[in-house]
Amino acid sequence: MTATIEPEVGKSRRRKEDERLITGRTRWTDNIALPGMLHLAVLRSPFAHAKIVSIDTSAAKGLPGVVAVYTAADLDPEGAIGMPCAWPITPDMAAPRRPVLAADRVNFAGEGVAVVVARSSAEAHDALEAIEVEYDELPPVLDLEAALAEDAPLVHEELGSNKNAFWVFDSAEAGTGGNVEEALSSSEVVLKRRFRQQRLVPAFMEPRACVVDPTGAQLTMWSATQVPHILRVMSALTLGIPEHRLRVIAPDVGGGFGGKIGVLPEEMMTVLVANKLGKPVKWNESRSETMLAAHHGRDQIQDITISAKADGTVTGLKVELLANLGAYNGLVGPGVPILGAFMFNAIYKIPAYHFACTNVFTTTTLTDAYRGAGRPEATFAIERIMDELADELGMDPIELREKNWIKHEEFPFTTVCGLTYDSGNYEAATEKAKELFGYDALRREQKERRESNDPVQLGIGISTFTEMCGLAPSRVLGSLDYGAGGWEYASLRMLPTGKVEVTTGASAHGQGHETAWSQIVADQLGVPFEDVEVLHGDTQSSHKGLDTYGSRSLVVGGIAIVKAAEKVVAKAKPIAAHLLECSEDDLEFSGGKFTVKGTDSSTTIQDIALAVFAAHNLPDGVEPSLDSDATFDPENFSFPHGTHLCAAEVDTETGRVKLRSYVCVDDVGKVVNPLIVEGQVHGGLAQGIAQALFEEAVHDESGTLTTGTFADYLLPSAADLPSFTTDRTETPSTTNPLGAKGVGEAGTIASTPAVVNAVVDAVRHFGVNDIEMPLTPMRVWNAVRNGTPDAGGPGGEAGGGLGSIDASGGAQ
Amino acid sequence: MRITVTVDGTKYTDDVEPRTLLVHYLRERVGKVGTVVGCDTSNCGACTVHLDGHSVKSCSVLAVQADGCEVTTIEGLARDGQLHPVQQAFHDNHALQCGFCTPGMIMQSIDLLADNPDPDEQAVREGLEGNLCRCTGYQNIVKAVRDAAKHMSPGAGPDAEKIEQANHVGVGGE
Repeated sequence: MTATIEPEVGKSRRRKEDERLITGRTRWTDNIALPGMLHLAVLRSPFAHAKIVSIDTSAAKGLPGVVAVYTAADLDPEGAIGMPCAWPITPDMAAPRRPVLAADRVNFAGEGVAVVVARSSAEAHDALEAIEVEYDELPPVLDLEAALAEDAPLVHEELGSNKNAFWVFDSAEAGTGGNVEEALSSSEVVLKRRFRQQRLVPAFMEPRACVVDPTGAQLTMWSATQVPHILRVMSALTLGIPEHRLRVIAPDVGGGFGGKIGVLPEEMMTVLVANKLGKPVKWNESRSETMLAAHHGRDQIQDITISAKADGTVTGLKVELLANLGAYNGLVGPGVPILGAFMFNAIYKIPAYHFACTNVFTTTTLTDAYRGAGRPEATFAIERIMDELADELGMDPIELREKNWIKHEEFPFTTVCGLTYDSGNYEAATEKAKELFGYDALRREQKERRESNDPVQLGIGISTFTEMCGLAPSRVLGSLDYGAGGWEYASLRMLPTGKVEVTTGASAHGQGHETAWSQIVADQLGVPFEDVEVLHGDTQSSHKGLDTYGSRSLVVGGIAIVKAAEKVVAKAKPIAAHLLECSEDDLEFSGGKFTVKGTDSSTTIQDIALAVFAAHNLPDGVEPSLDSDATFDPENFSFPHGTHLCAAEVDTETGRVKLRSYVCVDDVGKVVNPLIVEGQVHGGLAQGIAQALFEEAVHDESGTLTTGTFADYLLPSAADLPSFTTDRTETPSTTNPLGAKGVGEAGTIASTPAVVNAVVDAVRHFGVNDIEMPLTPMRVWNAVRNGTPDAGGPGGEAGGGLGSIDASGGAQ
Repeated sequence: MRITVTVDGTKYTDDVEPRTLLVHYLRERVGKVGTVVGCDTSNCGACTVHLDGHSVKSCSVLAVQADGCEVTTIEGLARDGQLHPVQQAFHDNHALQCGFCTPGMIMQSIDLLADNPDPDEQAVREGLEGNLCRCTGYQNIVKAVRDAAKHMSPGAGPDAEKIEQANHVGVGGE
């Protein structure tokens, strides 16, 4: 039990989590098998929009292994259960009930209409085929603009409109800036663009799953969720189960990216069925079901107008969004575009800003949080239009950014939407990135290739970004009508042997919390890294929390750990003074040791833990425990930033895009574990690049998802991606004791515009000023051929309608 | 149908439905839940195991096709408490995050290295094309495979598994 001296924070520790993951000794939800466990399978609607005329389950009920077949009439006869939405963004937001199973009408292809419970999963799926459902098809609602027309078919007839909510922010009204219309009418350059954020699939590798065991004293639910605590409270509210009788466990969870933030109808139906039958029940979905029924991300149309002086000084920014929510409100779906509202101004000093968003219901799979949630969309739009503005003004895109960004000496800086950025150094990150990238040499090569009419053209794309990370300040979330706070919880227990058990409310799903939290605790208490065990993902052991999303784990959950550790040290101090027979004022704590100042008399916190356990010799009135808990609610978000540079080679004869090099310098404040940070950046880059080049969830004109498997939805493989050059600058956050800022979404946010900017830059001299994502070879080739943005999207008319906008792209 | 399969050195004899996929047989009958299912179209590779010394996606092999064969799963790689060099390299190079694709990724990497003991970056990327990862961006996986190549003795690939399994005394099973 020797105390460590070398700081753990900042060290590239190999992960504690790896051992079980590389040997296959994992506990995924689908690995859980309980005695007498039954299997549940869901029959899903093949139609996007239809009335259910009848459901005949009699044939299915007689099949081998089948225990029960249920419809909405059996599971929710009163029609009383509605899936929760935690973010009613406006008082008049439309909130149609999302049933556990559709009763008389289906509103997207994939919505559940019946369930089979059988002894084996195979038997349950066999029986699905024997259920006969008669549908009466209704017209699908797919196009966002058409959905808002007066005579549009309605997703929810009772609402009288497909509009979910209208949310607006105006800097003049808020008193945070000027009037946008005045800025637009008085500026020398005004540029308007329409960008499309295609629909994406989060595509976590582990499909969703849930096991419910009603046979114990409590109802136990295992779920492949990233929000076990939220799931517990929402399940209690949704189903009327007393919360203290419900235990939710998120065991090993195979990725989330926001895609496992939902509270699912499938989870609720598994509970209902398990309770009805009094037996453990497992639901485990196939990938095709995930694609259909787990929520999607993005899917916005962005109309963005920027105004500037002739010297490049930006004077105003106006954003009008149409956001596709799909068929119902997801758990936080309506709020996702609202998060973006605060990020369109990015790292720039923009004097006037107006943001307005219309959320729209369509007969498609729900959209909800997906890595970055709102912020990648915003960053894309501002970074694309900054490039267009630079082109319009004949400026280098980096020069234009430099002209407008917040200088490092100007922090803290309050932006046009009222957020205060605590710290940042955009100059340092950009300088470092340019150097690593070889910016000037690549620009020279680009010029040569243009002059020689090389069939393979070179483009350079830049993206600078910031994001509001660490979704937390409860007061701010409250002011945005979010249904919960943003605090996080931790507890810390010194065990008799001096080992430390830590619980975190920030439930992990692959981010390495067990390692990073151990490093933090090791430093705070001065105990060996190996002596710390981190417990998470079980509402019984880690009994309070708000889970993991929005890069909040470290900057909120990690700080709660620091606070809990401080309390443990404070609790140990009087005991140390008692044992060392000195005054508390004479003690100092360092490296796990309490030392009497100026002497060599000392005791370690690990020895005190044993003394506390024995409790033979404690000061009067001190309780025999060396533990504590803490809840942390920060005053402010954190604001990581970075500069990303991409060099893309575009084959003008085939439209093929090859990423030649990708350099990013991220500033995520103080880093706890560089290895983990680098890994998060790599993964984020892959996801953002995939949005730029590969991925899109497409519905055909009938509303059928035509990209419903990994064979159709192009998730990049190792062969599709380059190696990245990543580096860091470190500007600590001034608003938390670790100085950390959060990294989970950085790569995803910054990379999409960097890649698209690079490709457009490569072919701009053909008259191209935009190409719709994903930049497939066909779209790039068409753009080169036509010198205009591609008009045709894979969605046929729905996509095609978006291409005709403002192709001229000039000043207006 | 009755099949006899040696899985990670232990012989099992079972009656299976003809339609049972090898991955389901391994997970549900043999209890080898380290091998996971990530898709239903054989695209993701999460279920990759070795069948008679070569990597296969166990969702595209019927259990009956494995009759008389030797199967190695992620759970059979570590020997005598020692991680396989590829497992070690994945840990050393932070080649995993959520870890769901990792068993398949490791099994495929071992086969790749058996074919090409010293692959360059492009060869690794192409060799892993059939295995999808959503967390890592692949960069550290590529690094891990090349690192493992340095630490693997010639013949340490799936062929070595076959030799070792032949010498393995069957314990447990049926």
